[in-house]
Amino acid sequence: MTRSAQSHLTDRERARRAARGGASRSVPAPLLVPALIAVAFLVLPLAGLLIRAPWSSLGKALSGSDATQALVLSVWTASVTTAISLVIGVPLAWVLARASFPGQRLLRALVTLPLVLPPVVGGVALLLAFGRTGFVGTYLDSFFGFTIPFTPLAVVMAETFVAMPFLIITVEGALRSADQGFEEAAATLGAKRMTVFRRVTVPLVAPSLGAGAVLAWARALGEFGATITFAGSFPGQTETMPIAVYYALETDPDAAIALSLVLLLVSVVVLVSLRDRWLRRGPVQ
Amino acid sequence: MTTEGTDGLIVDAEVSRGDFTLAVSLGAAPGQVVGILGPNGAGKSTLLSAVAGLTPVSSGRIVLAGQVLDDASTGAFIETARRPVGYVFQNYRLFPHLTVADNVAFSPRARGMGRQSAQSAASHWLSRLGLADLANRKPAQLSGGQAQRVALARALAGQPGLLLLDEPLSALDAGTRLDVQAELKRHLAEFAGPSLLVTHDPLEALVLADRLLVLEQGRIVQEGTPAQVAGQPATDYVAKLVGLNLYAGHADGARVVLDTGGTFVIPDRGQHEDVLVAVRPSAIVVSMQQPIGGSARNAWPARIVGLTLLADRVRLDLDGQPHALVDVTPAAVADLSLAAGTEVWASVKATDLSVYTHQERRSA
Repeated sequence: MTRSAQSHLTDRERARRAARGGASRSVPAPLLVPALIAVAFLVLPLAGLLIRAPWSSLGKALSGSDATQALVLSVWTASVTTAISLVIGVPLAWVLARASFPGQRLLRALVTLPLVLPPVVGGVALLLAFGRTGFVGTYLDSFFGFTIPFTPLAVVMAETFVAMPFLIITVEGALRSADQGFEEAAATLGAKRMTVFRRVTVPLVAPSLGAGAVLAWARALGEFGATITFAGSFPGQTETMPIAVYYALETDPDAAIALSLVLLLVSVVVLVSLRDRWLRRGPVQ
Repeated sequence: MTTEGTDGLIVDAEVSRGDFTLAVSLGAAPGQVVGILGPNGAGKSTLLSAVAGLTPVSSGRIVLAGQVLDDASTGAFIETARRPVGYVFQNYRLFPHLTVADNVAFSPRARGMGRQSAQSAASHWLSRLGLADLANRKPAQLSGGQAQRVALARALAGQPGLLLLDEPLSALDAGTRLDVQAELKRHLAEFAGPSLLVTHDPLEALVLADRLLVLEQGRIVQEGTPAQVAGQPATDYVAKLVGLNLYAGHADGARVVLDTGGTFVIPDRGQHEDVLVAVRPSAIVVSMQQPIGGSARNAWPARIVGLTLLADRVRLDLDGQPHALVDVTPAAVADLSLAAGTEVWASVKATDLSVYTHQERRSA
């Protein structure tokens, strides 16, 4: 912008303003500089990852048995976590959105807590409940001779504890904003409540269900704190990808970078699959 | 009013929603279409909602074909899903994720039919309403008129004993409304059970309903055939809807003293009671001088306070005793140089006045 009253408009800018309206889109310096610093801060580390990546030996680094094991373990535990979250989390989301009972607000707060709780605290809490001497775990041990910690089951439990709230919150929000007129219509057509849920409610929130599932899966895949605390890091048993990255950084940096790239790629895929929900400008249709 | 034990619908109930209370007593015989006419917020949708079981009554009862659907005194209540009701919602509420065929098959399926027979029931209704070609479309791909027919097919496919229609044509544009209206009238005539049709469009009510019920502020203010309601409106709301001037007053033989001031000479039928007087706007004549005529003519000075062009005539808003809406030709407006503020004489023949008992006051 010039300081004189008369300024210059490029043809492109003229066309833009004519088409979309609005005034100048140029950014004042006091906003532009901090914004650029923020961009640099967010982008440089990712650039570092890409620059330092051992592109030529990427395949070799990833095919190391530890890395493959970690990859396989992470993918299946995250998938099982997502499935469990759908089976028990969606009903809970419905209860939170549609039922009305005393303590509902408290319950919602409790469900949301893992979203903000440091995951390592979640891990400690899981250990105290389901650990060998935990108040539930001790009975499992004495009655069934069955211990959870340091097994793949512990990985799934840690991931579910951390990831399921993402699904619940997403689906609950969708259920709240869904037009209940359709459910009324289904009732007048003779549908009992479970039929309404199955044939109307769930299909109508399907996009949010999908988004919540992807979100939960991604969160489970990246889970570190709760998992390492509750499940430990036995290669092939409980050492998931983030944990493998953490340890490989000391022993085999190339493998750490390669695994990180895989996680980065997954994140990008997740972001693209959710782009309609998160990256679209303005109100979602 | 129908009595218990018949096949019709009987509603004698109060429904409270917050600080709004709907109190109605109505009956609808099998095959009869009862139009529920009233302004927004009168409780029309609440009435349908109570009959469908979406809102329980707070007192009284609802009975359909001898079966108690809801009874506040005994606590009896049949859930919506078990009521033999077909409901056509204002915005249709077609399931957006299902095809037209699946929407129509929804009710047979939900009421326990197998997939195959539900599909064939659906295709029966689709072809009956001329929708067979649209079977595989999604609701988003339908025009307003098509969506309305699908909604009707969906409601009928459940083989309901009662049909509820909430403003079934209000979402349509004027062009398609008439076609769909004629078609709806045909399907309503074929429907064996009672129907309740909610509307705020008087024409729709007059065309589609066998009997009319006017609802205002949760109360029934008038009940009768469409002709009765249109000819002898009981309230200002109805009078405005059907385009009549309406005056409340007290009749004493050949004279009515109006509540708002002014008197009318009427044909003496020996009425000595509170009455309503309805006058068609086209029955009132406007002139510049006091008309000289027989005693059976009412004339009063008035001032024009408004002019509105309505298709082929001009509606004058006259301030006087009484106030009146008068229809004249555009030519008359020009000839008499009528404008806002012009002082004129209004006159109407005594025989053009429709004088009838004021029901509400008589019962009060």
